[in-house]
Amino acid sequence: MPDTAMPILDVNGLETVFRTRGGSVHAVNSVDFHLRPGELLGVVGESGSGKSVTMMSLLRLLPSPPAEMRNGTVMFDGQDLLKISPEALRQVRGSKIGFIFQDPMTSLNPVYTVGFQLAEPLRAHLGMSKAEARARSVELLKLVGIPDPERRLKDYPHQFSGGMRQRVMIAIALACDPKVLIADEPTTALDVTIQAQIIELVKELRRKLGMAIIWITHDLGVIAGIADRVMVMYAGQVVEEGPVNEIFRDPQHPYTQALLKTVPAVRGPRAERLQVIEGQPPIMRGAPVACSFRNRCKFAFDRCAVENPALTPVHAPGHRAACFLLDTASTPKPEAVHG
Amino acid sequence: MGDVQTGMEAKAAVPLVKVRDLKMYFPIHSGLFRTHVGDIKAVDGISFDIMPGETLGLVGESGCGKSTVGRAILRLYDVTAGTVEINGFEIAHVDRDSLRSKRPMMQMIFQDPQASLNPRMTVASIIGEPLDEHMKLSGDERLARIYELMDWVGLNREFAKRYPHEFSGGQRQRIGIARALALNPKFIVCDEPIAALDVSIQAQVVNLLEELQTRLNLTYLFISHDLSMVRHIADRVAVMYLGRIVEIASREKLFADPLHPYSQALLSAVPEPDPESERNRRPIVLQGDVPSPANPPKGCNFSTRCPKVMDICRQQEPGVFDFGEGRQVACHLYSESMKTTAEPTGGERTN
Repeated sequence: MPDTAMPILDVNGLETVFRTRGGSVHAVNSVDFHLRPGELLGVVGESGSGKSVTMMSLLRLLPSPPAEMRNGTVMFDGQDLLKISPEALRQVRGSKIGFIFQDPMTSLNPVYTVGFQLAEPLRAHLGMSKAEARARSVELLKLVGIPDPERRLKDYPHQFSGGMRQRVMIAIALACDPKVLIADEPTTALDVTIQAQIIELVKELRRKLGMAIIWITHDLGVIAGIADRVMVMYAGQVVEEGPVNEIFRDPQHPYTQALLKTVPAVRGPRAERLQVIEGQPPIMRGAPVACSFRNRCKFAFDRCAVENPALTPVHAPGHRAACFLLDTASTPKPEAVHG
Repeated sequence: MGDVQTGMEAKAAVPLVKVRDLKMYFPIHSGLFRTHVGDIKAVDGISFDIMPGETLGLVGESGCGKSTVGRAILRLYDVTAGTVEINGFEIAHVDRDSLRSKRPMMQMIFQDPQASLNPRMTVASIIGEPLDEHMKLSGDERLARIYELMDWVGLNREFAKRYPHEFSGGQRQRIGIARALALNPKFIVCDEPIAALDVSIQAQVVNLLEELQTRLNLTYLFISHDLSMVRHIADRVAVMYLGRIVEIASREKLFADPLHPYSQALLSAVPEPDPESERNRRPIVLQGDVPSPANPPKGCNFSTRCPKVMDICRQQEPGVFDFGEGRQVACHLYSESMKTTAEPTGGERTN
């Protein structure tokens, strides 16, 4: 584990399996990662790559059955979140670790006022009185840039626009001053100009409050602008992680490289034809025994079909990738395979 | 009419699609007697042309009316006012029977392949349905046509008997494309065809649409909120805001040098997958939200959020200014330097 501060969140060997009548699906396969105080970790990958399930597993938010957390430790604040009592876990959820979901309409309760929903965590976790909670709610709405906060406390979620609703969600997540904020595709449902507002807001809140953030998205552009470190997921595994500049300038895993090339640019030179990744991501019926990306990878060779590559360090500090191409001793040259 | 046209094609070319002053209002009824109390002005007077073989991108944020434009052009709605001419036929006001005979030449690809395919029909029957409706084919001819369409869109012929739920999102979208192609259309409205797909699959579908366009000489109206994809696929781009086109220009001109303050803000808001340039990017962050189309602001629709708003903007609708080569901008900022146009492709308005 590289340099500097002790991680605030340290995940090791996390495994989540969904057991259904149609068979089991291995959604998270031995995921390791850490988050340092004040850091913004971007998590990218296609739908079904296990980004959200990983984060929901940390806080045991998945219903069990069908979800089953088979293995792993999640160390936070000196305790393992997968082992502590439901009571202790409730103290962590929403108070020390805040969660922002993708769709602010479905994650806010339509029959309660925004004021009520903001006050709820304050009263439950911090034991505030009604008046204190109200004062703090006004402060929070002001913090996330909602005009006329006193009046808007009495409004219901449907009376807010999409961007304003997402601001309310952020205010609720921030209510108890969490050390960690997990944002699951917080801007995906929003328009670009509103997305720009929310990103500016999060940048500003980070400067003011200094919490660590995990930001899940499939939008590489968003990640490039806000993340310190990036983790790329594929088929429930971390295939590459590293500092944001390294990932974008010098991606090592063929999946990361391909993903970066599929996105057309809005500025700069324009490609005549878009690069594609042929095929579909796999559905993991069992724990991976070979490289999950091999069927879509243009560099795949024999070893990829019999062994699952582990994350190995790349030259830059903190940059790791799970690909046999990095294991130069056993690897044929990519050109030889491809051409 | 229609010869003050895009610089891309030869001057002599006749537009395949000609939209003039199209309005689509949805009435609001309220009270005990459901009296008509107002209108949602989803599309409020827009005009544009699309040349044969061209792709016109239509961009804007949710609620700006871009999908309504696509649907109104194909007469999926009864339009409130204006004219739509496709391949020389007036579409907006003809009766149902003559409209039906024109349906084959204009088709649509929908956003959500999950919702636009009947879950109880096999792929073959979905693709074959338009053939049954509009053509008289023998069983063998019909099957041959279905197979041909499946080949075109890259679907394995063996899947013809399968149901939509057995396919991934990208493959489902291919089924929708095959259905749209069944009757040899000239013009296809693509309504956010890639919005529901993953990034790696989006590129596959966009490349397919481009291949088909070249092979079959198709004309597209490509509706999307994804500006980087529109920059890739479109020849010309129209930017919509609150029911109106604020700017229409060639792809190169618009993305290199947007003129309308809304186009500028919209383009500057798109993040780019490059940490270095992201650090230095200063997006124009617009304040507030889009006003309701039931109650648009007085004067320019964008005046409530425009960073360059002037007094006149709150009083008077801007005219449309022609910058040549098919570029038109509806903004008071250019009223000093420019003359108003006579024949617009992007938003005729009488003041």
